[in-house]
Amino acid sequence: MQQRDTTILTRPNLVCPAGTPAALRTAVDAGADEVYCGFQNATNARNFPGLNFTRDELRESVAYAHDHGARVLLATNTFAPGDATGLWRQAIDDGIRCQVDAVIVADIGVAHYVATRYPAQRLHLSVQAGASSPEAIRYYCREFGVKRVVLPRILTVKEIKAVHDEIPCEIEVFIFGNIGMMAEGRCSLTNYATGISTNTDGVCSPAHHVHYVEDGERNLTTMLGDFTIDCFAAGQSAGYPTICKGRYFAAGRDDEYYAFEEPRSLNLTSLLPELMRAGVSALKIEGRQRSRAYVQAVVSAFRKAVDDYLAGREPELDSLLALTEGHKETQGAFGEKRWR
Amino acid sequence: MISNTSERVVAGGEEAESAGSGPPPLFLLPVQIVLARLVRHIAVRRPSLFNRIGLHRSKQFLIVPTNLPYAMLLQPDPVRPTLRAVPKQWRDYDARITGTALTLLAMIDGRSDGDALFFSRDLRVEGDTEAVVCLRNALDDLDGSVADDAAALFGPPGRMILSGLRRIRRERSDT
Amino acid sequence: MRAKLTIGPNLFHWPAEEKRDFYFQIADEAPVDTVYVGEVVCAKRTPYFEPYYDEVAERLKRGGKEVIFSTLAEVMIRRDSASVAALCALPDAMIEANDASALWYLSGRPHAIGALMNVYGEDTLSFLAGKGARNFALPAEISAATIRALAAKGGELGVGIEVTVYGRVSLALSSRCYHARAHRRTKDDCGYVCELDRDGLELRTLQGKPFLAVNGIQTLSHGCTNLLREIPELRAMGVTGYRLSPHSKDMVAIARLFRAVLDDALSPLDAAPRLAALGPSMPFVNGFYHHVEGYRWVEA
Repeated sequence: MQQRDTTILTRPNLVCPAGTPAALRTAVDAGADEVYCGFQNATNARNFPGLNFTRDELRESVAYAHDHGARVLLATNTFAPGDATGLWRQAIDDGIRCQVDAVIVADIGVAHYVATRYPAQRLHLSVQAGASSPEAIRYYCREFGVKRVVLPRILTVKEIKAVHDEIPCEIEVFIFGNIGMMAEGRCSLTNYATGISTNTDGVCSPAHHVHYVEDGERNLTTMLGDFTIDCFAAGQSAGYPTICKGRYFAAGRDDEYYAFEEPRSLNLTSLLPELMRAGVSALKIEGRQRSRAYVQAVVSAFRKAVDDYLAGREPELDSLLALTEGHKETQGAFGEKRWR
Repeated sequence: MISNTSERVVAGGEEAESAGSGPPPLFLLPVQIVLARLVRHIAVRRPSLFNRIGLHRSKQFLIVPTNLPYAMLLQPDPVRPTLRAVPKQWRDYDARITGTALTLLAMIDGRSDGDALFFSRDLRVEGDTEAVVCLRNALDDLDGSVADDAAALFGPPGRMILSGLRRIRRERSDT
Repeated sequence: MRAKLTIGPNLFHWPAEEKRDFYFQIADEAPVDTVYVGEVVCAKRTPYFEPYYDEVAERLKRGGKEVIFSTLAEVMIRRDSASVAALCALPDAMIEANDASALWYLSGRPHAIGALMNVYGEDTLSFLAGKGARNFALPAEISAATIRALAAKGGELGVGIEVTVYGRVSLALSSRCYHARAHRRTKDDCGYVCELDRDGLELRTLQGKPFLAVNGIQTLSHGCTNLLREIPELRAMGVTGYRLSPHSKDMVAIARLFRAVLDDALSPLDAAPRLAALGPSMPFVNGFYHHVEGYRWVEA
């Protein structure tokens, strides 16, 4: 059975994160087919301090990737506010000059700029665009010639298959990493608590608004701005204070509870064959803000798992647990609809 | 440079006195010299590290190995970086990072994920979280490891000590 | 140009008759120019109020109001797609798109863009205007400087720019229903518990501080946006539409206050305490406009 099933698997691209040039080289060496990264400014959705690439670093990194048979995707996947479109156009111009293989965009204005200015440039639609239905995806394909869509982390495998059959472009899905509870590109929770917009500044839970308060007994309170997001007893695994992973009291309920979701990481290792059969062209690993050690561990584990499935072998699913937030993992919506 | 560093110690000691920390004990003197050499060595070999730190170059990072008798105070200024030993109760800092010496080594080494260490509560971060995130990201962009640089500075004995420490870390994390 | 006062789509799941009566009252008594009708949050709620669409639209038109149908914001499964397709197929109706799947149908003919579409920049505004968008309700989180730039561009292109000046605002959408979760249920088995909270379900932090409000799959601000005192500045920028988001308050009285301020019949300073008296249960916020934390109240 196993052998016959695998004959219909097509080889998906493994798409890996890089927050620094060293992480990019690490990802390429660990077997990434594609690496995505961004510039050191608000044009990408991981605009963290000390992270991301200068123009020179991007040029050198693209050369390194190409020398090793890998491709580089430039994330310019935030929204250009008001008349500040120059920064986004500059990022696109610079990226294309650095010979990136594709640009990932979310903003309609930015997509239009790429499609008209660089019609030959390969364009991917970011998860930040929030295109979750066949009609929405077809809209971006029709208007801007999008070649690949990154699907929101909210669909089941069956739904992904249905979308695949109705759209003219490739599908990329998240298989591992920090799982967002909220529809990407449509969340202003951080802005409400900190005054910094995820959509236009490129940061969710900015570190300079994050505070950890530990009492004498090592009980840890995590805060974002003036708001308590969670508390952890001594020795209990903690999570970064992200509003959608916090604990709250709801009116009419007397216990504190994870109103949105517990801090967990997405891990779809065991669903890989199903995703490949559903026609998914690219498997994406989240975590540009994570370390080289994380990139090394996760990319090599998934490289091996994908190759094993393709070769008809049942992979040994090494535990990636220690790298997951709060040390818990979930298949999110991908596995079953009841998760919603 | 060494005299500059010791001036800073005195100045820092005075500031800290008002905050309740005394000047560093005398036994730290050899440690000071070693640390000062180390940070200058890294600054010369790894200019990109300090560039990446950007606006946080003037911040004071207090690094507290729980199982060592002293803490280290780092200011990653590209022109005049300082790293010196201070008492663990030192209060004059922007950010404090606390963990066992092996945990801290694992992070600096680029062989362990800072986020994972934090989630598991092995690492404690207080104060200016953004500065710590930035320092972590900057350290992470280095191929090889700052720890290798440090070991190399002290020749074969240094390398031996580092590989010994790494072996202990691996054994500990296996269990 | 006379400033338009509008009633945005009702974000909440009120019992259908209650919702119908709300629109009847708006039709008969509220001094508003445009009313947006339609379920934008959850397609599961649609069957309840859909039977009243014709009746409500008719009454609103009789009351001299323009009626615009708003589409679902998060379109995921077939049921959602079908709901968008059905609205967009209405003959001679003006539709407000809240998601790109609506644009698939509407592009090339006159339509409106809702506050849940990401129109942040002038390039996006220009592109969509070129495809038939006539009115843009701007996202809740944008600041005065961005509104100014978009209003200028809108004026140049001859399209309307609308800003939400009253009501809790959308902060997030999810595939999961948090109302159901609060009641230990799932979305498929939700029991329509969102009907219990006319203005959303309040969430407080572990330290008891009010923070957010849950509305099905949507997360709203706990604070209620109030840009009454910013109206003169918004008018000077060229903002053409002023949106009130419905709550279980006296929306007719609230509309009258805003209308009086827009008509210069009442100063914002005189209107402010009267508005406060009408909606005491939610604190007022205007932080997004002033480019600080959204939950803050900045004295203008």
